[in-house]
Amino acid sequence: MEILVCVKRVPDTAENEISVNSSGSDIERGDLVYSVNEWDNYAVEEAIQIRDKSGGSVTVVSVGDADSEEVLRREMAMGADKGILLSDSAFEGSDGKGLATVLKAEIEKGKYDLILTGTQADDGAGQIGGMLAAMLNLPYASLVNRIEVLDGKKIKIGREIAGGNQEMNEIDLPCVLSIQTGINEPRYVGIRGIRKVASVEIPVHGASDLGVNPGSVGKAAAGVSRVDYFVPALGKGAELLEGSIEEKVEKLVELLKSKGGIK
Amino acid sequence: MALQIYAYILHKDGAVDDTALEMVAAAGKLDPAASLTAIVVGSKTDAVCNSLTTSFKEIWKIDNDAFSYPNSEVIRGILARIIPKGSVVLVAHDHFGMDIAPGLSIKLGGTYLPDTVGFDGIEGGKLKAVRQEFGGQVSTHVLCDISGGAVITIRAGAFRAAEASGAGGAVVDKTADAIAGGLPGGARRFIEIVQAEVGDVDITKSEILVSVGRGIGEQENIEIIRELAKAVGGDVSCSRPIVDAKWLEKSRQVGTSGLTVKPKVYMALGISGSFQHLGGIKGSPFIVAVNKNPKAPIFQVAEIGVIEDLLEFVPLLTEKINEMK
Repeated sequence: MEILVCVKRVPDTAENEISVNSSGSDIERGDLVYSVNEWDNYAVEEAIQIRDKSGGSVTVVSVGDADSEEVLRREMAMGADKGILLSDSAFEGSDGKGLATVLKAEIEKGKYDLILTGTQADDGAGQIGGMLAAMLNLPYASLVNRIEVLDGKKIKIGREIAGGNQEMNEIDLPCVLSIQTGINEPRYVGIRGIRKVASVEIPVHGASDLGVNPGSVGKAAAGVSRVDYFVPALGKGAELLEGSIEEKVEKLVELLKSKGGIK
Repeated sequence: MALQIYAYILHKDGAVDDTALEMVAAAGKLDPAASLTAIVVGSKTDAVCNSLTTSFKEIWKIDNDAFSYPNSEVIRGILARIIPKGSVVLVAHDHFGMDIAPGLSIKLGGTYLPDTVGFDGIEGGKLKAVRQEFGGQVSTHVLCDISGGAVITIRAGAFRAAEASGAGGAVVDKTADAIAGGLPGGARRFIEIVQAEVGDVDITKSEILVSVGRGIGEQENIEIIRELAKAVGGDVSCSRPIVDAKWLEKSRQVGTSGLTVKPKVYMALGISGSFQHLGGIKGSPFIVAVNKNPKAPIFQVAEIGVIEDLLEFVPLLTEKINEMK
C-alpha cells in the first residue's frame, strides 16, 4: 500500500509553557522547543505498521520553512521511506484551505492508496484531512483509532466517539483518515536513527513545481486569519495556595477535610 | 443584510442535544437579525422536529430509514445538495462535526471556522471570532470572511443556551430534495458501535476522584497516585494521555472521549485541563488542581490551585493524610 502522511512542526506543549508576547501579535517563540505534532507521529507509526504488514511505502510530507526538514527527518528515522518538503514564500500565511490546496497538489503528483493526517495540531482546528478528502473527492473519516487492512480495495476502521465507544466502518481505498492519539505506541527514535538518515536528500517543492497558483494560497487568499493572541480574563479562577510546600500541604489537607475529600 | 444561518441539530433516541439551544444563542450573537433554520436528519424524527418549533422559525426535516445511524459521508453529501451556497452553517464541534464540517465547507465553497468559543461582531463581511490554541493555554481572535458563506463549528458549552422563545416554527419536509438522485457517500459504510469496556472500578459513581495526567512523567510514578487515592478513600482516574500511553485502562479516563464523572471532590494532578477533559466533569465538584505550569487552563476552573511539581507534592500530601489517621 502506498501511504502518504502529512506532518507539521509545532511547539511541543509537553516541553513548553505557552505565553503571549507583549504586543499580543504572537506567542513567545524565543525559547520554544519544537517537535513533530503528536497526532501526526501516531499517524506515521500507523503507516509504518501497515507497510510492514502489507508492503508498499510510506512518504511523509510537510508544508513549512526549512526548519520543517528536521521533523521529516525524524519521521524517516522512525521508518518512513521518503520525505518531501513543500516550501515557498507564497505559502506563508495560508489558512487551512490554503494548506490543503498545497497538499492536494503534491498528492496528485503521486498515486496513494491511503492519506493520513493527525486529528489536529497546535491550533486545534482539525481541518486539513476533511478538506483534502473533499477536494480530492475521496471518502474520509476523522478520529480514527483503529485500522485493519481487509484487502487492496477496502479497510476497516474504528473511530473514537463519545463515552469511550468506538464506531466501526468499512471504507474504500483510496481514502483520507485523520488519526487519533492512542491508536498505537509510536516507537522511540534515537540519535543513531536520526544520524542514519541525516544525509538522505529531501526534495523541496515550491508553487511552480506543484502547479499551484500563488494567488490561491498564502496570506492574501486566506479566508480565515488570526488577529491576535490573548489570555482570557479568568472567570473566578482558582485560589492559589501560598507558602512553602509543607504549608501548602497542610492547607490542602484542611480544605479536603472540610469538603469531604478525605473519607 | 441579514444572514441566512442553518444549524445542524444533534439528537439521540428522540431527544435533542443540549447544543441545539446553544446554537440558537450563537446565531443570535452572530447576527440578531439572522434568519435561522434548524436541520434535522434522521429516522422517525417527528418528535425531535416538533420540540424544536419553540426555538426555531423553520425546521428542515430529512427523514429516512437510511439515516437511522448518522453516516457523515452520506449526510455531508445531502447537506451540500440542499444548503444554498453563501449560507452560514453551524455544527457542534464533536466527533460528528469534526467528520462532516471541514469537507462541507469545501463543498459549499465557503470558509471554515473550527471549534469556535465566541463571536465578537461582524466588520465588512468579516466575522470576528474567538478560538483557543495549544490546548486552551492561549486564546486568539480570528477574522473569518463569511461573504461567500461559512461552516462554523461551535464548542459545546461555550455559548449559554438560549431560552425557548415561542418561535412558532414550521417543519418543512426536505427529504425528497435531499435524496433525489440517490444517496451519496457509499464509499464509507457504518458497521457497528463497539461499546466501551467496563473496568474493575466504576469511576462514574466515585465521590472522590484522584485524577492523573501527563505531568506524572513515567508509568512507575502512578504508584504515588494510587497511594494518595488509598489515603483519601477515593478512586484513581486519569486524562487521555495516560490511556494513550497504556498506563491505565480506558475505563478510568475522564473526558468527552472517555467517561462523564460527577464526584464531590476532583483532584486534578498534572492535568492541564483541555476542554475535552473538562467536558467529562459534571455536577460542579470541588476541584483541586496541582500543576507546575501556572498557565495550565485547569487553574481557570479549579477552586483551589497548587503550583508545584506533583511528584514532590503528592507524596508529602499522602504522608500528611496518613499521619492524621
